[in-house]
Amino acid sequence: MDWDRIQEKLQILADAAKYDVSCASSGSKRKNENNGLGNASNGICHTYTEDGRCVSLLKILLTNHCIFDCAYCVSRKSNDIKRAAFTVQEVVDLTINFYRRNYIEGLFLSSGIFKDADFTMERLVRVAKKLRTEHNFNGYIHLKSIPGASDELMQEAGLYADRLSVNLEMPTEEGLKLLAPDKNRQDMIKPMGYLKNQLILHTEEKKLFKKAPMFAPAGQSTQMVIGATPENDHHILFTANHFYKSFNMKRVYYSGYVPISNDKRLPGLNTAVPMVRENRLYQADWLMRFYGFKVNEIVNDSVPHLDLDIDPKLSWAIRNMQLFPVDINKADLQVILRIPGIGVLSAQKIVKARLFSKLNWENLKQIGVAINRARYFITCNSNAFERRDLTGTNIKQFILAESQSKYLKNKPSQLSLF
Amino acid sequence: MITTLFYDGSFEGILTAVFEIYARKLKHVKLLPNGTYSGAMFTDELTIITDDNRARRVLQGLTRKIASAGVQRLYAAHLAEILEEDNPIVGYMRYVFDNDKNIEDDYGNRYVLRISEIVRMVRREKHRMEAFIRFKKLKDETFYATVDPDFNVLPLILKHFRKRYADQKWIIYDTRRAFGLYYDLHQVEYITLDFSEEGVGKSIVSKYESDEGIYQVLWKEYFKSVNIGSRKNNKLHLRHVPKRYWKNLTEKL
Repeated sequence: MDWDRIQEKLQILADAAKYDVSCASSGSKRKNENNGLGNASNGICHTYTEDGRCVSLLKILLTNHCIFDCAYCVSRKSNDIKRAAFTVQEVVDLTINFYRRNYIEGLFLSSGIFKDADFTMERLVRVAKKLRTEHNFNGYIHLKSIPGASDELMQEAGLYADRLSVNLEMPTEEGLKLLAPDKNRQDMIKPMGYLKNQLILHTEEKKLFKKAPMFAPAGQSTQMVIGATPENDHHILFTANHFYKSFNMKRVYYSGYVPISNDKRLPGLNTAVPMVRENRLYQADWLMRFYGFKVNEIVNDSVPHLDLDIDPKLSWAIRNMQLFPVDINKADLQVILRIPGIGVLSAQKIVKARLFSKLNWENLKQIGVAINRARYFITCNSNAFERRDLTGTNIKQFILAESQSKYLKNKPSQLSLF
Repeated sequence: MITTLFYDGSFEGILTAVFEIYARKLKHVKLLPNGTYSGAMFTDELTIITDDNRARRVLQGLTRKIASAGVQRLYAAHLAEILEEDNPIVGYMRYVFDNDKNIEDDYGNRYVLRISEIVRMVRREKHRMEAFIRFKKLKDETFYATVDPDFNVLPLILKHFRKRYADQKWIIYDTRRAFGLYYDLHQVEYITLDFSEEGVGKSIVSKYESDEGIYQVLWKEYFKSVNIGSRKNNKLHLRHVPKRYWKNLTEKL
């Protein structure tokens, strides 16, 4: 084999795939039952890039040749870059050999669109099929569904892959029209709808026949680029919520736009990646999925933007001071989950531990509650609690004053006059 | 009066110690491994001789009062090899036996909380090993990896690797504790390798298969290519991949 060429291809096609932020390898339950290679039951990050992102899968494009010209994409037709394409066998060999050395959990295969949607999708499916049927590979496979691919191919993809995803790319249809005139939102939504129905159908089948074949056991996900178009957080989170509710998405990913083009329609090349905003969006997403918040409690017409200084839960709490303080020894789990500074695990521990004895500040601290934030919102088995009648703004100032945000590069400091 | 108990460092040793505590109606105890110096002058000292029968009785007693997952957690905590005079495992077991109800979720108790902290540390190390182990393919098709974990987690990762790599022979060797796991396509055994000049260990692991170097280069290349320079965040990187693991990570060499 020509290793130098393989190395060069890997460089080009990994580099082009890295803007896809999803790297989850959890949520599947594929076991190693055939005494073959691997299983896909536990999400593991095998290493982390220098920008701190998890590397769990071999994430590559089959090719970066593309007939489309989407402004935000490095692989767009009009971009003058090196092009390359892997053969099906090359991808299979790389996956198997990386997996055997415990480098990865599996494969995340996407592709630029060459010729047409079905032609591309057929190649992706062929890689997955080969891994599963010829190499007894039970590791994780995430296939990108090409917008506009036929139902038959989507069906076959679901039989071999653990997860399928179609990228929404832009939070709204207008944004997509502006930056990706060749793409059509309907082409993206159609396969999502098909997958959703197949996933539901399959769950029903599984109830009746234990041996029914698996169909994308880790479900489907999607991704939106943030900050390339003028949509606000209100738009973005309502879109995300819609896809969680109507398409049974496992995850919606938010990808802060990394400037890669001097196209007039996009933020300039020297614009910073909106990392704080991306982080706040993920926090809001977690609130919707794990903390029982409704999307309109986090953002709505009067609060269209997430506060960049503080997390969305704290921001919700100081807008709703009438609900606090909460007695930690009596409140329901659902109420405790809404207290700033208390995570899911701490909340569950609190509810269990208080059956044995009433909890005080020391107990809460040891359980893992961030007291510096929580103390404005709770009472516990102690006479010490916040007695001042503080407004939300006061609390925000106090908390900001004593915390050092990891994002706040220039600390505000007083001017020294003398 | 405080009684200092000396034991052999094994989990059965701890269980036997708990048996003695109840048999002798001891109240305040310290637990130290054999050969250490208790440091105090006016204490009783007692050397625990590990007794499988007594250990089993204590274990059975535990399984009657807490869930079997809870007993496994205590074993995991033991693998942390943390030496604390007021041994949290002993404290926890006594708290179990002295209470009528199941105390597993009583996080207000310091032993319960401490055990949950230790278990969390051990499980994190276990998870890190499942992530950071890098196999190298030897001439005889065996995949070989060395590790240097903070805690003795090999017994905990055995199952994961046996299930995952069922169709390849592999060795995972703990260089700090000088023993390893060997899977021969049928079962996993504990092994020790002799790494001295004339020892077999050295000659076995020095012969890599011809493609091995190439895949290491490809992996390093991949690792470099997926990085997004404009998002560099070294602090976060180091938190996820602390430097002490780098010596066994192909991509960081």
